[in-house]
Amino acid sequence: MAIKQLTVYVQNKKGAMASLTDVLAKNNVNIRALSIAETEDFGLLRIIVDNEAAATKILEENGYLIKAIDVVGVKIGDKPGALTAALNVLDKADIDVEYLYAFMARTEKHAYVVLRVENNEKAEAAIEEAGLHLITNADICKL
Amino acid sequence: MSQNYYQKEIETMSAEEMKKLQSEKLVKQVKHVYENVPYYRNLMDEKGVKPEDIKGIDDLHKLPFLTKADLRDAYPYGLLAKPLEDCVRIHSTSGTTGKRVVAFYTQNDVDLWEDCCARAITTAGGTKKDVCQVAYGYGLFTGGMGLHGGSHKIGCLTLPMSSGNTERQIQFMTDLGATILCCTPSYAAYIGESLKEQGYKPEDIPLKAGIFGAEPWTEEMRKGIEKTLGIKAYDIYGLTETTGPGVAFECSEQTGMHVNEDHFYAEIIDPDTGEVLPEGSKGELVFTSLDKEAFPLLRYRTRDICVLSRKKCSCGRTLVKMAKPMGRTDDMLIIRGVNVFPSQIETVLLNEGYEPNYQIVVDRVNNNDTFEVNVEMTAEKFTDKLSDIIAMEKSLANAMKVMLGINPSVHLVAPKSIARSEGKAVRVIDKRKLI
Repeated sequence: MAIKQLTVYVQNKKGAMASLTDVLAKNNVNIRALSIAETEDFGLLRIIVDNEAAATKILEENGYLIKAIDVVGVKIGDKPGALTAALNVLDKADIDVEYLYAFMARTEKHAYVVLRVENNEKAEAAIEEAGLHLITNADICKL
Repeated sequence: MSQNYYQKEIETMSAEEMKKLQSEKLVKQVKHVYENVPYYRNLMDEKGVKPEDIKGIDDLHKLPFLTKADLRDAYPYGLLAKPLEDCVRIHSTSGTTGKRVVAFYTQNDVDLWEDCCARAITTAGGTKKDVCQVAYGYGLFTGGMGLHGGSHKIGCLTLPMSSGNTERQIQFMTDLGATILCCTPSYAAYIGESLKEQGYKPEDIPLKAGIFGAEPWTEEMRKGIEKTLGIKAYDIYGLTETTGPGVAFECSEQTGMHVNEDHFYAEIIDPDTGEVLPEGSKGELVFTSLDKEAFPLLRYRTRDICVLSRKKCSCGRTLVKMAKPMGRTDDMLIIRGVNVFPSQIETVLLNEGYEPNYQIVVDRVNNNDTFEVNVEMTAEKFTDKLSDIIAMEKSLANAMKVMLGINPSVHLVAPKSIARSEGKAVRVIDKRKLI
């Protein structure tokens, strides 16, 4: 059920991000969701793309350090309090969220949250039990 | 294990005979230098030493020292002992620590140097049946031409690759079946990495031995190179001022390097007092050229800190052994009053599971030294969690603090973002300006 996220190491210097996204663009990889965590020296670019295998291959060929991991995706309502409700579900199940990022669907009245937790299965079970919908890479690509 | 010697009678000579040979050569050499090098004649006169005071190797301590500063003062011809028309070649230092040093060679000088390199290659198992890939830089740097000449003397098929163009190195190595690789240890490690990336396993390549020198490296790095390339890695030592690589070379015992002391006499001195220290003491290494003609340095202070040993060696060689220098004083940094050798940083990295790809950046801000170490992140250690990466940096900084006694700030940087050494590695950037 999980979503594949790629994390790419990006040196914190001018033009580094553009040259990375350019590599993806030239190989026809579309970024569907993106978040960055940064320090003074470097950034961690976390992306969900429409073709993870192709993205991994070209990034590796271009010398980037990447790591693919499974994250959890949840569909929530596009209204105040929806994110809180989803996070409360995890909190009740005693699940720690390492980081998260969210994005909106263009047409639907929904938002999507990507969650990085220690135990995906436990988080997924808690989310489904609470009546929320999990999403997959395929769902994200269809948006 | 059978032993191979290139010049057995010299390499296994008795201590007595060696001393006699060295004494004869020294007496002649001092006379030659006194007569032909006014710069050194002045130093001897100042000290009140005449050539006739030197009757044998036991009198060596009476002679004045030469330092790198003398070489700079005397640049370019001040220490030349032969007319230029008798010289056939020059080599030069990289000049990273100041003015370049230019060394001159007669044909005899080139010959004896190549003999020294041939001893090193033979010890590593080289015969005329071998294919010897020389990936040291060719040109002014002594590495390429020195090992090239040694390889020729033995009759190996010599691949004069010079450094760089790793793709081509690998192509020739695999297509022509190189069995011996000569280059800097950091370049050997890089070639190993590249072979691995291209899917080669150690058993796919016929390499059996490597002769690596010209920069400091650690036992851990040796183990790494031996594993990735599937070879036995031999250390070699030398400096342009004395001749180049081959001043000392490692045998199969891998417990120090035999000094070619029939040509280069080694002493260990107290770097502060200049006093000669007994065998086994740690101190500054000093070399005397016993029979070089064009650029014969007497009592040249290398600034390398090491130990000499005459313990019996299982390889059968009687040549004195020098331990791997603990660091050249040129490489040593003094940061916040503490001596730091780049080789110590390297040891920490290898212990902690990182590749030895690093750069030290030292600066001075508000009269305080800043000390940063940039280390390349590895694929194995990379994670999507920022907190984990910050923890890794802290843990590396801690390990370095334990080793060095001072705390660096460690930055994990992108792979291959630190310039690789295809010649000599730029490990240290010292931006401090002391006005």
